[in-house]
Amino acid sequence: MDKTIPYNHRHFAHCESGVISLLLEHHGLKLSEPMVFGLSGAMSFAFLPFLKMGNLPVVAYRMFPGHIIKKLPKILSIKPFRKRYKDQDIAMKELDAFLADGQIVGIQTSAYFTTYFPPDMRFQFNAHNSIVFGKQGEEYLISDPVFETPQRIHAVDLKKARFTKGLSAPKGLVHFPRLVPEKVDLEPLIRKSIRKTVNMMLHAPPFIGLKGIRQLANHVRHLPRKRDNVYTRHFLGNLVRMQEEIGTGGGGFRFIYAAFLQETHQALGLPLLSEASLKMTEAGDTWREYALACAKAVKQKSGTADLPLIASLLCRCADAEKEVFTMLKDLKKS
Amino acid sequence: MKKNSVPQDNNPTYQGYGTKVIYAVDDGGEYTAVKSSGWEAEEIVLKDVVNDFKEKARDAKERALSGQASPIEYFMHLKLMDPPALASGIGIAKWRVKRHLSARGFKRLNRKMLHRYADFFDISVDILSNFKDHINNG
Repeated sequence: MDKTIPYNHRHFAHCESGVISLLLEHHGLKLSEPMVFGLSGAMSFAFLPFLKMGNLPVVAYRMFPGHIIKKLPKILSIKPFRKRYKDQDIAMKELDAFLADGQIVGIQTSAYFTTYFPPDMRFQFNAHNSIVFGKQGEEYLISDPVFETPQRIHAVDLKKARFTKGLSAPKGLVHFPRLVPEKVDLEPLIRKSIRKTVNMMLHAPPFIGLKGIRQLANHVRHLPRKRDNVYTRHFLGNLVRMQEEIGTGGGGFRFIYAAFLQETHQALGLPLLSEASLKMTEAGDTWREYALACAKAVKQKSGTADLPLIASLLCRCADAEKEVFTMLKDLKKS
Repeated sequence: MKKNSVPQDNNPTYQGYGTKVIYAVDDGGEYTAVKSSGWEAEEIVLKDVVNDFKEKARDAKERALSGQASPIEYFMHLKLMDPPALASGIGIAKWRVKRHLSARGFKRLNRKMLHRYADFFDISVDILSNFKDHINNG
């Protein structure tokens, strides 16, 4: 089968928000990546010491993978098409059928089998998102928002990538929006999403939001008492990887959120939002500083990591974000 | 972060694979998407975890060759997995995987279970059951 659907690829920071932004644009609704990210309320923080991945506690700078795909269509009142499969061959056949119909399709793949990734980045991470927009012979044309140009993947590899097992297994997920409105009144949606994020960051149960950041700081401070140097190194490395490596737009999504706040300022014209955006940028800068400190500790290897410094940087991040979100709390008054 | 302070450290990992997008503020205070060729901090932590897996795999291979460990352990590290990931991938309980990771537990594996591991690792059963011969012959 040879089919290429006319389509504009663009380069974004984060796979999930990028995919949704591209899909919506293709269907005639232009929303930027920060807008998609902010509106879906994906900004978050979670430190879950009881949940381990690769023997290290889960640290997340945003909501679970899949949150944006699930929530954003609901928020915009778009009816999406979403399907998971049991049978791999049927899944591949239906994908071909969508392409033949001229439909571009969002898919979920495992980074391990995504052959166009740099070899060292092919981890067992099951929730990578991209878009299929054509097929030439046995190769699918993939628009992966975290890559500059469209990529290609062989059908055999794509099948493996769509059907890996384990945590958040893709199960051949396909999705695309249907019946997309041409214009959306963003103001009430922006207010609602910011309110949600504020509530989560300030008042969520332990391990989430600002409490999570402070708990992480405490955890880091007490690492030498509990764990050996090798574990500490892996722990710090994992923090940086979650924050910077997996397409976060820098500073663990903080810069994307600051860009979102700036955009909302342009849409709503409230000076409060522009101020909050500036503060959020500061918070992001502190996160970068902290990532650099962690990376230094990892590089030294000898185990003389300056953990009090790292912990105090984390507390500074929490303080800066507290300012941002208490500021945003006043949004409902204006 | 300012646009001109976005790191451009030419990370070896991305060489030939393009750039990544970082959001930063330009001179007029507007947010824009900036292409970055990588940050040294990322490269350090990435290399650390990749090398860690390689080291574990090498170590497990040595031990498996001398009969002290299970070849499954070697393939698990080679495929960048940990026991829980392996368990959920194969669809059996964690404690069973842990048992199969010991040399003794591996010896007791039946043909069917070996097949499931081999399929999952995308190798032939023979490599698992005659690990020594295969590794020694390259």
